[in-house]
Amino acid sequence: MKGWMGKSRILLLFSSLMLFLAGCGDPQLSALQPKGEGADVIYDLMMLSVIIMVFVGVVVMAIYFFVLIRFRQKKDHEDYIPKQVEGNKFLELLWTVVPIILLVVLAVPTVQKTFMLADTTPAEDKKEDAITIEVTGKQYWWHYNYKGQEVQTSQDLYIPTGERVYLKLTAGDVIHSFWVPSVSGKMDTNPGKNENEMFLHAYEEGVYYGKCAEFCGPSHSLMDFKVIAVSPEEFDQWAEDMKNVNTDATPESQSAQEGKELFKNKNCIACHAIGSSPAAVGPNLTAFGDRVQIAGILDNNKENLIQWLQHPEEVKPGNKMTGKYGNTEAEVPLTDDEASKIADYLLQLKPSEITPEDAQ
Amino acid sequence: MSTAYAQKNGFFAGLWDYLTTVDHKKIAILYLIAGGFFFLVGGIEAMLIRIQLIQPDNEFVSAGLYNQLLTMHGTTMIFLAAMPLIFTLMNIAVPLQIGARDVAFPFLNSLGFWLFFFGGVLLNCSWFMGGAPDAGWTAYAPLSTTSPGHGVDFYVMGLQISGAGTLIGGINFLVTIINMRAPGMTYMRMPLFTWSSLVTSVLILFAFPALTVGLFLMMFDRLFGANFFDPSMGGNHVIWEHLFWIFGHPEVYILVLPLFGLFSDIISTFSKKRLFGYSAMVFATVLIGFLGFMVWAHHMFTTGLGPVANSIFAIATMAIAVPTGIKIFNWLFTMWGGSIRMTVPMLWTVAFIPSFTLGGFGGVMLAAAAADYQYHDTYFVVAHFHYVIVGGVVFGLFAGLTYWWPKMFGTMLNEKMGKLAFWPFFVGFHLTFFIQHFLGLMGMPRRYWKFQPDQGLEIGNLVSTLGAFLMAIGTIIFLINVVMTTMKGEKVSGDPWDARTLEWSIPSPPPFYNFTQTPLVRGLDALWVEKRHGNGKMTPAEPLGDIHMPNNSFIPFMMSLGLFIAGFGFIYQVDDSSFLILAIAGMAITLLSMFVRSVKDDLGYHIHKEDLEKGAGSE
Ligand code: HEM
Ligand SMILES: [Cu+2]
Repeated sequence: MKGWMGKSRILLLFSSLMLFLAGCGDPQLSALQPKGEGADVIYDLMMLSVIIMVFVGVVVMAIYFFVLIRFRQKKDHEDYIPKQVEGNKFLELLWTVVPIILLVVLAVPTVQKTFMLADTTPAEDKKEDAITIEVTGKQYWWHYNYKGQEVQTSQDLYIPTGERVYLKLTAGDVIHSFWVPSVSGKMDTNPGKNENEMFLHAYEEGVYYGKCAEFCGPSHSLMDFKVIAVSPEEFDQWAEDMKNVNTDATPESQSAQEGKELFKNKNCIACHAIGSSPAAVGPNLTAFGDRVQIAGILDNNKENLIQWLQHPEEVKPGNKMTGKYGNTEAEVPLTDDEASKIADYLLQLKPSEITPEDAQ
Repeated sequence: MSTAYAQKNGFFAGLWDYLTTVDHKKIAILYLIAGGFFFLVGGIEAMLIRIQLIQPDNEFVSAGLYNQLLTMHGTTMIFLAAMPLIFTLMNIAVPLQIGARDVAFPFLNSLGFWLFFFGGVLLNCSWFMGGAPDAGWTAYAPLSTTSPGHGVDFYVMGLQISGAGTLIGGINFLVTIINMRAPGMTYMRMPLFTWSSLVTSVLILFAFPALTVGLFLMMFDRLFGANFFDPSMGGNHVIWEHLFWIFGHPEVYILVLPLFGLFSDIISTFSKKRLFGYSAMVFATVLIGFLGFMVWAHHMFTTGLGPVANSIFAIATMAIAVPTGIKIFNWLFTMWGGSIRMTVPMLWTVAFIPSFTLGGFGGVMLAAAAADYQYHDTYFVVAHFHYVIVGGVVFGLFAGLTYWWPKMFGTMLNEKMGKLAFWPFFVGFHLTFFIQHFLGLMGMPRRYWKFQPDQGLEIGNLVSTLGAFLMAIGTIIFLINVVMTTMKGEKVSGDPWDARTLEWSIPSPPPFYNFTQTPLVRGLDALWVEKRHGNGKMTPAEPLGDIHMPNNSFIPFMMSLGLFIAGFGFIYQVDDSSFLILAIAGMAITLLSMFVRSVKDDLGYHIHKEDLEKGAGSE
């Protein structure tokens, strides 16, 4: 039985090691492959704690297995009475003092990093052009307002690499939590006046996966978003394009033109802005054609878009779009034809040359 | 004052006996049955959760149902399974370990049970009445205050009622341990299980009122239109987080401390050694209890309290690792030089040490506030708290039930079957939860109904689900063992483990008055002292005399039933104010029962010396 226990332990050890070697999941998502300052700082702290724990673990397990093997009751020794030891001052002091020292070793960088990550005042020299973005979590999507830039977007957050971008976080309904594991730790978005702050600083270009981490209702697990880190030049270009977007432009294809009309008539526009308008009942759709995914989780293609438009409830249960548009009496709010035209319209909304592809 | 005690037979007489009993040993059995039942319910909910997560984008259960399952799993396991099963152990062992005839307030003991029971039933009625609560067991506002339907109302009322029961139970044990120890049982001679039960009772006394207050505020928000937690009306939802965790963090110590005590007793019994560093163990228990209150905000590192608060709570949390470490090493050194018998209780205990140590490591990692920005609300946390709760509490419950089964029922659970149940559970447990640390770090938040394909989360989730099936198999084997043991009904002696503490000095199961004569305690591990230095029997501290016993009472059942009925009234008066009648009727039943209790003399009865000499009543 002891052998058994040993074996299962070794198996566990190896399987965890394998996980480590396999690179620990998706590099766009994993906190174990940091791609930004926050995640990096935290990763170091994590590793420090793991090293301390492994050290303690080895000591504990060594004593544990020694004791279990050495001091099992021997056959025919059932009557043996061991010495009744009361304690040992030195040993007890030892295992009080050593852990305290180990914890101090961990506590100092913990406090340091906690303060460092909380420092969200832009550095003096960069104060002028530091980017500040107001992030609002809603059931079940994210809204971004680039402060002082007249740029509003939803779901896909564009940031430049190589600098800290400052976020001001709130929520529109219940608590959510903004988390981009490979770039930075998470921060709650609170409803009301409890505004939180954090910064994002991506080292490299890339499309990073973000998740809502605070339980927020039926579609909590579907509240995904993307952070698209592009070079500073590309970012400036993107912001410029977004500012100058012409919302009145007539779409090229006939069906998209009709889609644009339907978008108005079917009440879509009551909740969704195109261009930088703050009406934010639903996600801003300005750059919808360039979105990585529809509703945060469906691949961006026409088929999926039609699926979403006709059956949002099947994709995201409990979402706030269901029943608010189109023919709300009918089984599907938009007919196949209507949905197809609206899809054509939305998918050609590509106001910027800079797209997620530039981040790869 | 009556002097007779009639023996009744038959099923209904037996049932009536249990509905009215005030005997701590029978109440222990009631807690065991109810808690065991809810443990199975929570386990089924866990299995459904894990089946849903066996593959990405699964459609096994709907999002709404998943959230109900998730919420009820957490709530049930903490409040309706772990808590009552701990009360099972405390009820069976504490009075016997201190040489008492019963708890301080037998009537309240029964009331505590029935309140817990009816609260739990009320909570679970939600399944059949339009949907269970779905805002997580932590019920964070405003998600909970705005959740449609009546699910969360059932959460509020159910927990309020059963929480009152727990509070009453805790106070009862506090008084019992302080006041009812046999002569010679000084504080520093109390078995560790009694010590940790004492500290746990203090924690209950201070922690549960915070829950009560939080639930009251939420009740007023949801049922009577107040706005304590609504930010758009000037309320503040962060208050709920504080109140909940001021209760919630001590709660995990309430759960695990008694089992720390139990493990100490088991290790010393089956190593044939007195506990190494007894006074340090007592000190560590008290210190853990104290620090348990100082660290609640480590559940709120990402709430936005700021770096100063986060740092303070981080360091306070890390400090708990020190007394916990002291315990681990003292256990190891109790075994050192001993003669270890690997019985089933010892097996669970031995398995507990590395499992809990891993859980503790996770705890220290989580305590590093900055790092928690990555761990918080992910599967890393799910892994951590299951390591602590299953590796500590559930292993402990299995150990304790096996250990005290002979004391409760006079029969011994089968050792072979016990080991057969242990292995799948133990292996399954590590398979299920170890890998979840990595799932969390790989980007999987907790409370996820679905995870997306191609994000590297498939294998971990699959392994985790397979592990859960192994745990279920282990549980089923344990149940079969219970049934078979009960059917066989082989009687055992009063001291089948060759143990060290007082409860083993009397027959199994004990007579309803426990000790014919109160024993005289002459040292730590009272029975062991007699075995080594005496004739193996306790010396009585008093001459044989009449024993005063409390009468059975149906009033606790009625009081709780009244609140149960009133609960429905409060919940449904939102839809239709005529339901207030139910609330009034229910409250009337409760108040009337209290009134009857107050005005009717109930002085109990005596067992006479002569009857004791004839061995009467030792059923
Ligand atoms: C068969 C054993 C168990 C399994 C397989 C299991 C599995 C799970 C799973 C998968 C979750 C959901 C995690 C999430 O999505 O965030 C969960 C949550 C939870 N479990 Fe367990 N669990 C088990 C036993 C226990 C026990 C014995 C307890 C306590 C005594 C417990 C307490 C909790 C709590 C408090 C939650 C959190 C619920 C919430 O977030 O609202 N579990 N468990
Ligand atoms: Cu959310």
